[in-house]
Amino acid sequence: MPRVSQTVFAPWDDPTEKPLIRFQNVTKRFGTFVAIDDLTLDIYEREFFALLGPSGCGKTTMMRMLAGFETISEGKIELAGQDIGHVPPNERAVNMMFQSYALFPHLSVWDNIAFGLKRDRKSKAEIDARVDEMLKLVRLEKFARRKPHQISGGQRQRVALARSLAKAPKLLLLDEPLGALDKKLRQDTQFELMDIQETTGTTFVIVTHDQEEAMTVASRVAVMDEGRIMQVATPAAIYEHPNSVYVADFIGDVNIISGQTNASGTDTYRLSWAEGQQPVTATSDITFSEGQKAHLAIRPEKIRISTDQPVDADNKVQGKVLDIAYLGNLSTYHVELPGGQVIKAQTANTRRIARRDITWEDPVWISWNATAGVMLAE
Amino acid sequence: MRRFALIAIPYLWLVLLFLAPFLIVLKISLSDAALAIPPYAPTLKDGIGTLIAELDFENFVFLTQDDLYWKAYLSSLRIALISTLLTLLVGYPIAYGMAKAPDEWRATLMMVVILPFWTSFLIRVYAWMGILSNEGLLNQLLIWLGLIGEPLTILNTNTAVYIGIVYTYLPFMILPIYAALDRLDASLDEAAQDLGCTRTQAFWLVTIPLSKNGIVAGCFLVFIPALGEFVIPSLLGGSGTLMIGKVLWEEFFNNRDWPVASAVAIILLLILVIPIVLFQRNQQKQQEAEQ
Repeated sequence: MPRVSQTVFAPWDDPTEKPLIRFQNVTKRFGTFVAIDDLTLDIYEREFFALLGPSGCGKTTMMRMLAGFETISEGKIELAGQDIGHVPPNERAVNMMFQSYALFPHLSVWDNIAFGLKRDRKSKAEIDARVDEMLKLVRLEKFARRKPHQISGGQRQRVALARSLAKAPKLLLLDEPLGALDKKLRQDTQFELMDIQETTGTTFVIVTHDQEEAMTVASRVAVMDEGRIMQVATPAAIYEHPNSVYVADFIGDVNIISGQTNASGTDTYRLSWAEGQQPVTATSDITFSEGQKAHLAIRPEKIRISTDQPVDADNKVQGKVLDIAYLGNLSTYHVELPGGQVIKAQTANTRRIARRDITWEDPVWISWNATAGVMLAE
Repeated sequence: MRRFALIAIPYLWLVLLFLAPFLIVLKISLSDAALAIPPYAPTLKDGIGTLIAELDFENFVFLTQDDLYWKAYLSSLRIALISTLLTLLVGYPIAYGMAKAPDEWRATLMMVVILPFWTSFLIRVYAWMGILSNEGLLNQLLIWLGLIGEPLTILNTNTAVYIGIVYTYLPFMILPIYAALDRLDASLDEAAQDLGCTRTQAFWLVTIPLSKNGIVAGCFLVFIPALGEFVIPSLLGGSGTLMIGKVLWEEFFNNRDWPVASAVAIILLLILVIPIVLFQRNQQKQQEAEQ
């Protein structure tokens, strides 16, 4: 649920707030291929907005339209109230950090960062001060005189960030900014990015296919598929309240139990999901008619697994352990139900592995509460 | 041992086909002209002692005394420099166009650039004589268009030599520049525009500096052979076209003065050593930058 409070940053819940970026029924076609399909979206100032989706979903095209490298086939994009459809890239108050970083190999780190400032015909003192400030922001003061090929991948990433922030743009676009870094460095850099975003107060729009990255850094996430936005919400809302099976499945791990609904009390439904099995009980915010097809999406960590029959659970099913994925801190149990469906249940490994009491082929009980999952119509 | 045998092959090649002929030419340049076969003295038949005793730098001294030679060297340098610049001006836009062309077109465009090599070089130069002469295709076209009344004299002038050199060496300019531009990440150009450059500024500030190695390589590949060029000036150039390649040929075949011809060749080689060394250093720097 969107959290509404004075202290929480949530301009999207404030109807008086004016968005910084407005996509109004934007369509982009390449020949007959529709890359962006009648898309409407508002992004607010100081937001860290993530465009998330599989490759080819149109997220990069959206970013390139914001930067000015792609024209709009239909519709309108506004930046701070101005239509930017015909403004060339060099005249937009938008800067971009490229996936390949696109650092100029013939220029030093210092000159790379100063490149944009020099185009603005700023005085030498102003440029010097700004470049030094940027170098300090990304902690690269010592490397100012090096050429891009003389520094590490992580340092190059920070030079690219400093260069794109140097002109203090209204909007910074980041195209898979951490894609080239290894996992550990990527995690550190995510927090650094968030810090820098907060310090500079710049609006960030990040394109990524890594859902974990989007969840970590973003204030809101837009999940995209085939040129359309499936859902826009905070990371927590997207994870706990996905609006479709596609979003539930794209973000994190999920079990989908499909069946027919029968109302039982207010906002509570019984879902008949398999022949000869007890229907499962689930609460829902949306209303389903009698006998309607519905999907219950439950995250693996919300399903308990036990050897004894649980007493206090709303839903419990007996099954057999098919597989155990050991992840170190967590284990995911793949439990096969009598109907053949496999349900994933995740538990924290609070005990050392030798003392684990569930193993392959064990008959087990899985259980969850009525409020654990989300009922989805599609 | 096997490694030694492997590198021995190119060294043997160089010694037999480059160093040995060079030493022979050097030796002839230090000899005197003689009415004999071969037309110089002394030869090995005179014995090693006499041979070494009779070698001198007389021919090189002679080259400095007659102003024909240094004028020919200077004129060659000038013609080679101007035609290298002209080739660059024509070649760069072509290479740029090729690098920006859609992928499926590139192989075809490359083919078109290399295609002239499939015909004999001499035939192509003769074809230019047909185009450039007073009754040639170019003059006929210009008169037919009404642009000129009298045919222009192009053949047998330096202009014809420039046209010939630019035409002949254009692929040597295009290919290295194309290779350099092709390697450029397209996002560099976009980054430059994103940071406030117009397209023209982005071209001068990013594309040109980053294709510098290709430009330098192309210029040397044109300049070095153009400096000693013989066929083009002798077929397309006139009596006023002074090039060292032509002087060398005349010295060798018309005057049958092998020692002076050899001295001319040695000096030409020494002049060429400078750009060749520079070219090698450019290539080496490029390789290092890529690592």
